[in-house]
Amino acid sequence: MININEVLETNKMIEKENLDVRTITLGISLLDCIDSDLDRLNEKIYNKITTVAKDLVATGEAIEKEFGIPIVNKRISVTPIALIGGSACKTSKDFVTIAKTLDRARKDVGVNFLGGYSALVSKGMTEADELLLRSIPQALAQTELVCSSANLGSTKTGIDMDAVRLMGDIIKETAELTKDNDSIGCSKLVVFCNAPDDNPFMAGAFHGITEADAIINVGVSGPGVVKNALERVRGENFEVLCETIKKTAFKVTRVGQLVAQEASKRLGIPFGIVDLSLAPTPAIGDSVADILCEIGLEYAGAPGTTAALALLNDQVKKGGVMASSYVGGLSGAFIPVSEDQGMIDAVNAGALTLEKLEAMTCVCSVGLDMIAIPGDTKPTTIAGIIADELAIGMVNQKTTAVRIIPVIGKTVGDSAEFGGLLGYAPIMPVNKYSCDAFVNRGGRIPAPIHSFKN
Amino acid sequence: MKKTIITVVGKDTVGIIAKVCTYLAENKVNILDISQTIVDDYFNMMMIADMSKAVKSVSEVSDDLDKLGEEIGVIIKCQREEIFNSMHRL
Repeated sequence: MININEVLETNKMIEKENLDVRTITLGISLLDCIDSDLDRLNEKIYNKITTVAKDLVATGEAIEKEFGIPIVNKRISVTPIALIGGSACKTSKDFVTIAKTLDRARKDVGVNFLGGYSALVSKGMTEADELLLRSIPQALAQTELVCSSANLGSTKTGIDMDAVRLMGDIIKETAELTKDNDSIGCSKLVVFCNAPDDNPFMAGAFHGITEADAIINVGVSGPGVVKNALERVRGENFEVLCETIKKTAFKVTRVGQLVAQEASKRLGIPFGIVDLSLAPTPAIGDSVADILCEIGLEYAGAPGTTAALALLNDQVKKGGVMASSYVGGLSGAFIPVSEDQGMIDAVNAGALTLEKLEAMTCVCSVGLDMIAIPGDTKPTTIAGIIADELAIGMVNQKTTAVRIIPVIGKTVGDSAEFGGLLGYAPIMPVNKYSCDAFVNRGGRIPAPIHSFKN
Repeated sequence: MKKTIITVVGKDTVGIIAKVCTYLAENKVNILDISQTIVDDYFNMMMIADMSKAVKSVSEVSDDLDKLGEEIGVIIKCQREEIFNSMHRL
């Protein structure tokens, strides 16, 4: 039988160390909504989402209460809209109507984000894909909590550089349209290489076409729990350090697995995956950077950061994999800047640069995340940053992503305020030298060879 | 058996157990086990209770105990046992 110390340990994690289930994300396929008539398509999308997800929030809240574990977000992901709207949408404006429908459905079922205003263009763009990508700035400006993403490359296909170049413009335009709110539109837009079909985390969640009609994916979190566990093994060697992270990750993930199974049972929707993630929030004590400091760095970004992050990420996966029957999504440590007070402190101290963050993304999920850059950064430079990050994913057979915010009207020394879970971010300097000629070549970067690994 | 774990944390005072037990008895919640310990001068009590005959649901009992805790000046939580089992048992 469970003893009092175990009970107190669990409750301490929840109450003092910010242990929570970060999100229950309900993936919904919209493939059966496809129609050549735009009005009918919008109606079908609205009806499907509000039918399948009608009990999501209430169920999440009931589980929260009965188990005493906070479930911070209840969210929805849908099939990439470029596929769904391809037949009905003749212009980018047509696509924007779908974004509005998604936002309305989201609001009516009470979830706080809906992802999947997306296109999968890792090898090339269809006409619909391009229309959707070009509609993103308006879609994000005219909706409240719809998230958009684009998969621009993969290890198997290479990188679609035409789409990368286009996304440089799109990100800039999105920033312009939301410049009154520190270009917050860009915080709802992410580009990927090797995007997973079952990611429950925003802004990159979409319901992949390999998925069933509806599925429950759960993202766990708990940087504070790992940090606190590591405080108890200060000065110990790497073996002890790694074992501690592994055991902690196991416990955290078991809670996610329980919640996922319970939600699946109550909603009558199959359980998909648990995403084993250390996802920080701006709350004090809920920081991945603080774990890196606890491992032994003065600031995140100091020499040793990449190695510390590599071992952290690996141990989280090793501990988590055994705790869950199905693991997927992005699984790993997230290193957003604005959503992590420790990262913000590191940037302000001059310890953490864009280049170091790029290096860190080689060994963890996911990529350059929630990074504010000067508003006058050229679209081609943004495209160059994206190309670099996607190349890391392509060559290393991992997911990488870029969610970068050129904050219009602000520059290095200023700070951007996004509010809530999105936090705030100091504007980081970007390399000033041009990559125009590289980005403007057009075409694709071929898929990499999978032998002669060096 | 529908096991729940009830925890009471707070400053020790007369009648905590009595009040919690009275509430549970009134609502047909059967107590299977009680243990307590003092951590950092705080009174920590854990009860394992069976709610299969309870007249209210886990979340209703949880709300009631929350209010009762406020009256006594302690924190009372009522959680289904599975969360602890999944975390601490293979």
